[in-house]
Order: sequence, then C-alpha cells, then structure tokens
Amino acid sequence: MTSYLIRRLFESALILLGITFVTFILLYLLPADPARQIAGRSATAETVANIRDQLGLNDPLFVQYWRYLTGLLQGDMGRSYLQRAEVSSLIAARLPASLMLMVSAIVTELIIGLTIGVVAALRRNRPADHGLMIFSFVAISAPQFVIGILLLYVFAVQLGWFPIGGYGTPAHFVLPSITLGLLGAGWYSRMMRSSMIEVLNQDLVRTARAKGLSKMRIVTRHVMPNAILPIIAMIGIDIGLFMSGIVVVESVFGWPGIGQLAWQAIQRVDIPVIMGVTMVSATAIVIGNLLADLVAPLIDPRIKTK
Amino acid sequence: MSDALNNGGGGDRPLLTVRDLKVQVATQAGAKTVLDGLSFDLVSGETLALAGESGSGKSMTALAIMGLLPKPMARIAGGTIKLGADELTGLDERGYRKIRSARIAMIFQEPMTSLNPLMTVERQLSEVLLEHDICDRSEAPNRALKLLQDVRLTEPERRLKQYPHELSGGMRQRVMIAIALACDPEILIADEPTTALDVTVQAEILDLIRTLQSQHGTAVLMITHDMGVVAEMADRVIILREGKQVEAAPVHDLFSAPRTDYARTLLAAVPRLGTAPARPVSESRNKIVEVDDLSVRFDITGGFLGRTVARVHAVESVSFHIREKETLALVGESGCGKSTIGKALLGLVPWDGSVRVNGVQTLGRSRAAMRPVLRDIQMVFQDPGASMDARMTVGEQVVEPMRVHGLAKGSELDDRAEWLFKRVGLSPDMLSRFPHEFSGGQRQRVCIARALSLSPKVIVADESVSALDVSVQAQVLDLLQELQEEDGLSYLFISHDMAVIEQVADRVMVMRLGQVVEEGPRDAVLRDPQHAYTKRLISAVPIPDPTRTRPPMPDIAGVENTSPIFSVGQSPVRIKLTELKQGHRVARSEAASL
Repeated sequence: MTSYLIRRLFESALILLGITFVTFILLYLLPADPARQIAGRSATAETVANIRDQLGLNDPLFVQYWRYLTGLLQGDMGRSYLQRAEVSSLIAARLPASLMLMVSAIVTELIIGLTIGVVAALRRNRPADHGLMIFSFVAISAPQFVIGILLLYVFAVQLGWFPIGGYGTPAHFVLPSITLGLLGAGWYSRMMRSSMIEVLNQDLVRTARAKGLSKMRIVTRHVMPNAILPIIAMIGIDIGLFMSGIVVVESVFGWPGIGQLAWQAIQRVDIPVIMGVTMVSATAIVIGNLLADLVAPLIDPRIKTK
Repeated sequence: MSDALNNGGGGDRPLLTVRDLKVQVATQAGAKTVLDGLSFDLVSGETLALAGESGSGKSMTALAIMGLLPKPMARIAGGTIKLGADELTGLDERGYRKIRSARIAMIFQEPMTSLNPLMTVERQLSEVLLEHDICDRSEAPNRALKLLQDVRLTEPERRLKQYPHELSGGMRQRVMIAIALACDPEILIADEPTTALDVTVQAEILDLIRTLQSQHGTAVLMITHDMGVVAEMADRVIILREGKQVEAAPVHDLFSAPRTDYARTLLAAVPRLGTAPARPVSESRNKIVEVDDLSVRFDITGGFLGRTVARVHAVESVSFHIREKETLALVGESGCGKSTIGKALLGLVPWDGSVRVNGVQTLGRSRAAMRPVLRDIQMVFQDPGASMDARMTVGEQVVEPMRVHGLAKGSELDDRAEWLFKRVGLSPDMLSRFPHEFSGGQRQRVCIARALSLSPKVIVADESVSALDVSVQAQVLDLLQELQEEDGLSYLFISHDMAVIEQVADRVMVMRLGQVVEEGPRDAVLRDPQHAYTKRLISAVPIPDPTRTRPPMPDIAGVENTSPIFSVGQSPVRIKLTELKQGHRVARSEAASL
C-alpha cells in the first residue's frame, strides 16, 4: 500500500511537471503582449520595451521556464503583472470559496444523478424512466450560463427564496451548486441507469431473489454497490469538468472564487495568475483521480492496489 | 418442519405437485410456449431429474417453481404448482419471499457469478438466516460457520471472512449449497450445479449433495443435460424436449428400456467411457507437428514501477509430436495449460522452446512471418458464437482467411465458400446469413469451415464440442472424423471430457499444472492408467448407467503444490517421464512407486 502510494505520488508529480511545461509554452506563443497590456495603449514603444526587459520577457523560452519552475518549487508562483500582489496570496484568498462550491456541487450532482439513475433503472422503459431520461438529456445539453440565469431569475428574482448573488450563508450555495452540478447529474444518471440495469440482469440478483430477500434489500445491498463501481472512477475525472464550469458559474453568481480570478487574468493577459490558476486546477484534478483510485479498493475487494 | 418431511418419502403425500404447467415467453412474433403441459410429483427424500438438451424448458421449470421467471418476458400461462397444500402460481412477491430458501432453495450453474463479489461469505450466509428469522444477529456467525462445516469447506473460519473471488469454483458452489440449505428447505432445486466445474470437483459436489440429502431428507429436483449425472443421482427421470415431456420413468427403467425414440437417440448419443471402437493403427507416418521443450510463462507485475514479482508457469517444458492423420488429445482440468499449448502452436501467446509445423521452425517469428505457417495450422474454439463476428455474414467470415492470405479473390472466393459449406454439411443458401441465425451446432460447423478454408494440415480443436448438446456433439465429432479420413487432417484435440477424448484420440496426453504427467496410446492411458492423477480423472467421470456405481476417487498422494505460480527465479520441479511400454510414458515418481 505504501509503495503504491509513493509510486502514485511520484507519477502525479511527473504529470504536474508536464502540465507546467505545456501551459508555459502555450502562453509564450500567445500573440498578445503582456508588456503592452501593462503599459497601456498610449505608452511609447520604449516604455513597453523597458517593461519587457524588467519582466524578463526577452530571455529565451527555456530560461524563462527554468526561472518559473525553480520559483514554483520554492513555493513562489510569481507576482501578478496587474494587481500588486503575489499570485499565491491572490489564489489563497479565493481558493476556499471555490473548493467549498465544488464540494457542494459534487454532493448535489451525486445525490440528483444517482437517485435518478436508480429510479429510472427500476422503472425502465416505463413513463417515469422516459421522463427522467428526458430530464437528464436536458441537463446535459443546456449551457450552464443559461441554467444559472434561469435559476437566478425564477428562484432569486421572482420567488426571492435565495440571494441573488454573493457568498457567505448556506443559502448562497444552493443555486450555484445546482447550476454547477446539473451537468454532472445528467451524466451520472445515465451511467447509473445503465450500470444498474446491467447488474440487475446478473446472476447474483437471481441468487438474492432465491434467498427470499425483499426488493428493497436486493436493490440497496446487492445491486447498488455493484452498480456504483464504474462511477467512482468517473468522479475523479469529473473534477476537470468542474474547473471549466466554475469559471462560468462564478461570474453568473458573483462568486468570489478562483474562477473569477482566472477570467479576469485571461482578459488582461496576466500570465503569472493564469499559470497559477492552471496549476491549482491541475493539482485538484490529479488529487481527485488519486482519491478515486484509493477509494475503489475499499469498496471492491477484487481491486488490489499494486 | 412440516409433516411431509417426517413421512420420510413413504410415497404418500407429495411435497410438490406440478400439473399441466405451461410457460410462455414474449417474442416479437408473439407469445411462444416454451413449456407445455408438464406434470410431476416430488416426494420427500427423492431425487427427480429433469433432463434434456438446450431449449427443452428444464431451467424454465425451475424458475417457474421458484417464482423467478424473468418478468415481464416470461409468464406462467396455465397449470398449477402446489407446495404441500399451498398453490404457488399467482402468489404475490411477498408470499413468495416466505417460500424461497425457507421451503424451496435453489443452486445455479455458475458459482462464479451467482455470489455477490462485494460481500464476504459470512454476510451472504447470515443474510439469508436473518431474513427468515432462523436466528438472531448474535447467533448468525456461529450458524454460518456450522453451515460451512456442513458443506465440508476446508478452513471454514477463514472462508467466512473471504470474498467470492478468493475461492475456487468448487468452493463457491459449496458456499451456494450452504446458502441453499441454511433454512433447511423441503426442496432443493439444482440447476446444472456441476456443469461449470471440473470433473473431479463435480464428483465431490455430487457426493456432497447426496450426503446432505440423506441427512436432511430433502427432495432434490436435479436439472441437467448430462445423462451421466442423471444416472448417478436420480431416482426418477423426466426427459424434456422443446418444452414437452417425452418420457417419465424410474432411472433404471429409462436406461435399460427407454420407451420413446427420442430417449433412445439421446442415450445412444451419450459418449460412454470404455466403449469407443478401436482406432486404425497408424503406421509410422511423417511428423507434422514437433514440439520440444515448450514453455509458456506469464509475468505477474507489481510493486514500485511494476516489476515482475511472480510468474505463472502455464506450460513447463512440454514435448510431443503429432503425425499425419493422427489425433493427439490433451486432457486435464481447468488451468492445467492445455489451451495455452494450442495458442502457442499458432503463435497467439509468447513462448519458449521449439515448435516445428510441417518442418518449419516457428520460434521467434513475427506476426507477418507466422502467416505462411498458419496456412498449415488452424484453430477451432469452444464458443462458436463468441469466436465469430456478429456483424459479418458467415460467408464472408469463412473465406476471410483466404482473403487475408491473398489466396483467392472475386468469384473464386464465392465458389470456395460454397464448397466449404457443403464440406461441413451446411447448405450454401445460408452463406449470406449472420451468425445469430444459426444454432450452436451449425455455428461450430461454420467455424470448422473457416478453419478449413486454408486447407490446413493440422487443426487445433480447443474444447470444440464442449458447449454443444450431446446429439449435436456426436454429429460434429463425426464430421471431424470424416474430414480426417478424407483429407488426412491431424488434430490436436483439447478437452476436459474423457469420454469424448476416447472417441477421437489416437494418443492421449494428460496434463496437470503445466506439465505432462502421463502420455501414450489411447487405450493404454484410458484403460490402464498408471498415474494417480489420470486414475482420479477417469474415476470421476459419471457413468451413464444407474446399475454401476462410480468407484471412490483416489487421492493424489505426494502432491506438494497445487498452483503454477512461482516467484521470480524459482521454477516448478520438472517432471521426468519414464517409458513403461511402447509409447506409454508416465511421471517418474509414480512409476517408481507403482
């Protein structure tokens, strides 16, 4: 187990290293000039050149990359070009809000998705199943900003049940969590449905019925644990999906998280901040996958961590 | 317990009464009757066998009695099922739950998939005990342990904490039996309980069912396709065919004087060990396959950076040859390496040693370089359905090897396909059909036609008739024989079934844990076996004759290990063979002790 964990952490570090390299090159190739952004439109070419020089943007790519990497290894993510602050402190100030939103959205999507999947599988090919599958189809296809604005309009503006935006109380979490979790709920409901149907047709269910067990017990003790196995691996991968959703949802609901930070940084070519946010998201995805792989053997005794 | 049990099967009130049972299955063409007018009684302590080939409706009967017919596709369309005085047809789910396991229990064919992989054996046992209020939660572990001891599972305390994947097939079937007997039911339905098991394990499980039955006075409804199992287990037999009862008789009457033609044909098709006619003596013809020191090992990786931590020695230093027009049979239990040898001959697994096919050394050949060799050696697999492409017509599949080898094109291919189909006894009209439109036996003929398309000299037949009904099996064996006589084919015939092997083999090789323990001419090995393992295999085969009882299986003495897995750097002790008589060779230690 320990050697497995060490190996996985080592692999994770390699993946993150690869991500820093790819992101760095992509941003370097960007046609926009960050020095021009900093100096402003009216600045002279000389000022721009000075800024370029100060930021070290004239150095060769690998020198810049090496500088960034050594800084990163010492916990220094650089300074924002436009805000007078360290990138790490900018992110640290906003990360808790985003993480809390993400956890609450994951819980939301699992509750909605798995429930719909189980119910649809047990009522398969009947009206309830068809209705739920149409719902999941809509959840998958509707753009998140549309859902977000729709929910805001109905439940915050018209009904006034939830605050219109901002961050603070539990009530603030409801609409953003649903907006962010609905897409995943759509996917999970479909996956859970087909996984449940597959398990329902397996011999072990026939054995459970031959034992004289109640339907409730067969479904909760025999079918659901087996059906959920393929879903666990998905949750780890899913965090990547969240990262893209979080940018949209945070700006719709005015949520002070790293999604907003990223959005502002991209608009203004604030490269150190973009790099920082990318690294944080990548780390979240890698940790998510690692957790999913560590949890799987706890549920499925056939999987050995080796 | 009910009064019926105490009657001790005196022939009075039956436990189970089935009258005019009719089961229908919904198909696209409307309701199809899969079971029609079945009637029988089951009295306490007896074993009634429902025997028949696939599609005879025998499993449907079991599911109908248990109320487990797959809804909504199948339903009871008529008749009555009475358990004592209680009518079971039309009973709701709540009522049926009190019957299942408590009064009628069932064990299934596939012990691999019938248990829940995520639950320990203990939980799966205590679940049924608690459901039927046999005991309370604190007592359940002791009860479960007692049940495992009853089914004679080794190390029962440890087994309780294990998961199904940690147990062998035979152990899992013992757990299934323990679950079934947990509530001391009046009736045990056993649906092909040993079909998926090795023959020696089958013998043990059948013994166990018999012993437990006599201890508990349980009535057993035994569902099987195997007339050997019928003869060994049943008091009375009902033969089913396409949903209808063909013959019902006490087991001795059925085997000594079957009254119907179908029963006669069915019994005639059953291969019986020790009855096969002599094979023509093969004069010394050329060796078409020569295998020397063949080993196949699979690495098990693990640890940091995925090093090899252990190896499966699937095949360990095996040597043999096959002559022209000769059939060499490879026999052994699952995991003994017999199929791996077949795959190695075609280069489908990496191997070491020396293999010559038609004089050509195949070691170290790339995929492309193997191609010319594959013209001489082809393979027919166990499951004809799974070894064909469901989305390609059979005509295309049959000539695909010729296309791949660039041997023919255009109308030539069509002609060849027609010729091949006629050769294996199929009508050329069927060439444009898809695999699902054929029966199991026809599909295997298609696979044989595909193997023949390159006009090979050798065919590796890997359990090629094992999945077929006996009557179909006999026809396919005849076809293989005919092809051998007319085209001079050689076969490497891989099978676990001793009776089938006796029908086809010139020589027999017995394998255990990747090594050959005995080999020689068919009659020498099968009728005068020298190695304890061969003796055990042969004595485990159920005899399709109720007047003869199977002798007890000898134990294998001096067996140090039962696994072909070794850590890196270690190897199994190589078995050396000693020649006893001409061509009959046996593992040395055995030869010395005998």
